[in-house]
Amino acid sequence: MKQKPIARFEKVLKKFGDNVVLNEFDFEVYPGEKVVLMGPSGSGKTTVLRILMTLEDIQDGVVYIEEELLWHEQKHGKRVAASNAHLRKMRKKVGMVFQLFNLFPNMSVLRNITEAPIHVLKIPRKEAIKRAEDLLEMVGMTAQKNMHPAQLSGGQQQRVAIARALAMRPKIILFDEPTSALDPEMVGSVLDVMRKLADEHDLTMLVVTHEMGFAQDVADRVCMFDHGRIIEAGTPQEIFTTPKEERTRQFLNSVINREDTVTAPTVQPDRDK
Amino acid sequence: MTYTQMILVLLNGFKVTVWVTLISTVMGGIFSFAFGIGKMSRFWPVRIISDGYIEIFRGTSLLVQLFWLFYALPLLGVSLSPMSAGIWALSLNIGAYGAEVVRGAILAVDTGQYEAAKALNFTPSRTLWKVLIPQAVVEMMPPFGNLVVQNMKDSALVSLITLSDLTFKAQTIRNETLQTVPIYVITLLLYFLLALVLTGIMKWLERILTTASGREGVR
Repeated sequence: MKQKPIARFEKVLKKFGDNVVLNEFDFEVYPGEKVVLMGPSGSGKTTVLRILMTLEDIQDGVVYIEEELLWHEQKHGKRVAASNAHLRKMRKKVGMVFQLFNLFPNMSVLRNITEAPIHVLKIPRKEAIKRAEDLLEMVGMTAQKNMHPAQLSGGQQQRVAIARALAMRPKIILFDEPTSALDPEMVGSVLDVMRKLADEHDLTMLVVTHEMGFAQDVADRVCMFDHGRIIEAGTPQEIFTTPKEERTRQFLNSVINREDTVTAPTVQPDRDK
Repeated sequence: MTYTQMILVLLNGFKVTVWVTLISTVMGGIFSFAFGIGKMSRFWPVRIISDGYIEIFRGTSLLVQLFWLFYALPLLGVSLSPMSAGIWALSLNIGAYGAEVVRGAILAVDTGQYEAAKALNFTPSRTLWKVLIPQAVVEMMPPFGNLVVQNMKDSALVSLITLSDLTFKAQTIRNETLQTVPIYVITLLLYFLLALVLTGIMKWLERILTTASGREGVR
């Protein structure tokens, strides 16, 4: 893939107080690429997504989306911090699905999806509803369109959240541990939707997840994070079967062992409705 | 003076108390939102004004605020009727407490809601009015309920700036008839009745808002 990257990090520094999360961080994503980010918690993978979504700023370095600076703009030939207007423009290119779904509980499923297209993108209401209904069909939630989030299971909420992000037609969609807050039996339905999305769209996807099966099926590239660096990257095949780094091997083992304990016969009564 | 006459006179004052309480509560609610939100503004002058208002009206005596509006302000060229002075003082006072309730409830909404709104590129004001406030109002209702009853009780102070509310009438006919015990028993009961009604209204509002916020799901 030798086209121009759709997103690029160059020597990015990100600290929370004294805690350096990313240091001299370089990273590129190409249009249509499906990238899975893995690694222990605190290794910086979620921070990468949050910087792209403009939920976290950066202290040094630059980030580009489609060759345009994300956190800076050029003014009178000088590079200055991005204005709110610039951030609003750049944010249109990116969508995000959160670990805890973050649907708006005061709105119906349909309104969760139509609110931003109508009021942010200013598309006609009818068209927004049509778009939302098509997306609800894609994620298999048509029957629940008039319900409120509190009436849905976690898996259902996450599928609505995916539809909500897609309704904005972003160029890059970010998934921040989309299945880690779900009961085991809910995980499959969400991963199926994400697989379908990866197969049918040329959307660029960045997914933070520990679901190795999903990565195996979908990812063009798996990046292993540790201490704010990508210690190893390659196809799922390379990373999962012949990892070069000892740290990668350790991490994958711990994920596999954890999955064993989860899939063991500890089937819990369904807490969801 | 017969009990019937006594009750009729007191009811006249009660009407004024109800009126002053209702108007000042509604105005206080508006001040609560205006200054509670103002204190979180992106613009520092708005923050300073809001903060100054809250601290001044929470930090000084309501009685002095009343005297100030009624006796001192005319000397500066602004004359208010006892009714307006009473309503302004009560609503500004209760608004200062309410502003902290509004601010606290908005800040207590899960940050994930704020982040989701940002990811969808909502403007700050759309985020505030369509996402944060509809969820926060539920949290505001119990403390608002306390403030409403407190405001009702504080309204008795307006009798000291010659406004003939329930307390004022009670004082007057006590001076005339010296039937102290029955007069104050009826007065207390009327205040208590009003408190019950106000509490009931607030509970009802809380139920409606809980449903509208989607917290319980809509049945």
